[in-house]
Amino acid sequence: MIRLDAVRKTFKTGETEINALDGVSLQIERGEFVAIMGQSGSGKSTMMNIIGLLDRPDEGAYLLSGQNVAGLSEHARARLRGTAFGFVFQSYSLLPRMSALEQVELPLIYQGVRDRRRRAAEALVRVGLADRIGHRPTQLSGGEQQRVAIARSLVVDPLVVLADEPTGALDTATGHEVMTLLSDLVDQHGMTIILVTHEPEVAAFAHRMVRMRDGQIIEDTGASKAADALNGEAST
Amino acid sequence: MSTLDALQIAVRAIIANRLRSLLTLLGLVIGVSSVIALIAVGQGTQKGVSDQIRGLGTDLIFIEPSAEATTQQGGGASPITTTLTRADADAIAANGNPAISAVTSHITGEAQAIAGVNNVGAESVFTSSNYAEVRDLEVATGSFIAPGHDRAGSLVAVLGIRVAETLFPNVDPIGQEVRLSFLAGRVVFAFTVIGVLHEVGGAADADDQVFVPITGMANRFRFLYTPTGDLRVTQIDVQASPGADTEQLKQQISELLLFRHNRTDPDFTIESQDDLLEAASEVANTLSILLGVIGGISLLVGGIGVMNIMLVSVTERTREIGIRRAVGATAGDIVNQFVTEALALSVLGGMIGIVIGVVASLLVDGQTLGDQEVTTVIQAWSIAAAFGVSAGVGLISGIYPAWRATVVDPIAALRNE
Repeated sequence: MIRLDAVRKTFKTGETEINALDGVSLQIERGEFVAIMGQSGSGKSTMMNIIGLLDRPDEGAYLLSGQNVAGLSEHARARLRGTAFGFVFQSYSLLPRMSALEQVELPLIYQGVRDRRRRAAEALVRVGLADRIGHRPTQLSGGEQQRVAIARSLVVDPLVVLADEPTGALDTATGHEVMTLLSDLVDQHGMTIILVTHEPEVAAFAHRMVRMRDGQIIEDTGASKAADALNGEAST
Repeated sequence: MSTLDALQIAVRAIIANRLRSLLTLLGLVIGVSSVIALIAVGQGTQKGVSDQIRGLGTDLIFIEPSAEATTQQGGGASPITTTLTRADADAIAANGNPAISAVTSHITGEAQAIAGVNNVGAESVFTSSNYAEVRDLEVATGSFIAPGHDRAGSLVAVLGIRVAETLFPNVDPIGQEVRLSFLAGRVVFAFTVIGVLHEVGGAADADDQVFVPITGMANRFRFLYTPTGDLRVTQIDVQASPGADTEQLKQQISELLLFRHNRTDPDFTIESQDDLLEAASEVANTLSILLGVIGGISLLVGGIGVMNIMLVSVTERTREIGIRRAVGATAGDIVNQFVTEALALSVLGGMIGIVIGVVASLLVDGQTLGDQEVTTVIQAWSIAAAFGVSAGVGLISGIYPAWRATVVDPIAALRNE
């Protein structure tokens, strides 16, 4: 469903160029729960941004459900981003002064969905926040805020949920709860989730692990042997 | 995203930053209301001046000695320095010109009017019976100077309303005695009051004047005569017949006076009411424009305020923009959001400004400021223009910050905590 082919991305900071992604190839199928691991600067966030259409590759191809989306216009990427992906960030990324219901409605507004109140409420029920619908971020715990963010990512029925350090701001117990919720989405609802983290305990929830270093994939527990070999060669 | 959704988001953002929105609104409200109120004052002044000039009578031509002529004559034995005489006025009238319906002349001089213990400084007007008709003056009680008074040289007086009210606060002035003291008290004459004029209003002179027959005064002030025995006057008023060509009439009068004064260049000025109206409305127009510009500047400042607030707002809401982009907002959606917000602010400010501007104009109307009565005329076009400018300013103020918002990198924005 997601296929990256020799994707490169270079950032310039002043005079120095940083190869955030140095020829990465990756394939992820529907229903997978993939953890992308690596230290900061390894390129894992850049890869997630490219997958989530927040950023575009300098070189290489990105096929989403068979369509090459690397060359799409900014407008088309924004539209596709809204329907194909749900984002969960470390910092919850909720808007202040909005109720949980309104937060979840937000993606539907940009898609011009009519029935958004009902769909948003359903998504909140799915993450176990039925009794928190009218609460604002300041009235919710960290775990609850992250659940609202997860509900918001689910409400558009995305192809993939992209979670960037979803437990980074949570204590261990709450982090565990959030990860259990994400696992359930994969196991019981067939959702595809790509998780970016540097914590092995969090990555352990995933079914496949992709390890990155210096803009390259150095380990992929679920990839085909051929791809493994290719990546292994490139890293040595 | 529908317009309604955009409006809803805008209203939420405005309410969320209550104080800031209020201060922004204030700038626009002041701008719009000052444009409306100041233009209303300017237009009111214009109307007031026009009314005052029209109130002098209709189709009038005013002949006065030119400034040069009065200086040349100054320093002589006579305290009255004028080249115009009553004979000039009679000659204009005697011409039999069908374009002329009436001619009157007068001399004005400062006098102190005294009645019992009351006294008031008043301008004395030495004139004749037809003055009231030419100048469109009406008596409230009694009567104006009659042709009989002219002939007899009677010492009778007609009072302007303010003079009458000051001198005779409690009694009917008709038949009472009023003394006029001239030349700083050196000469005092007693007159019998025969009439009081209707209030003319505004800053009109007639309310503060005392009218007496010129013939009666001429017998007592010998210096009113020229060495050749003509009676001096400081002004001749000619009333043109309805529909007469005043420009042509001015020309004819000018030629006649030049001939009589035996001069090639005029020692007098001739102005029609239209000339005065034109000159006065030019002044009032300049005032109108000036006031409008002042209002416009405050509107501009208000508009810059909106732009400033929107820019701050974009910077502050980088994270919000990032979140919205992440959940599928296009650059267009973000532009839409900020422009709608700026427009909503400026339209609201414009509407409040219109209400305040109109109310202020109505409140000020008829009030006296110093010794001037302020008149305001609210102009529909000024309301439309002020509102249009404020909405336009809002739109422009929204577009640049909105564009800034779209170049915000969503990734960086999301990292921005």
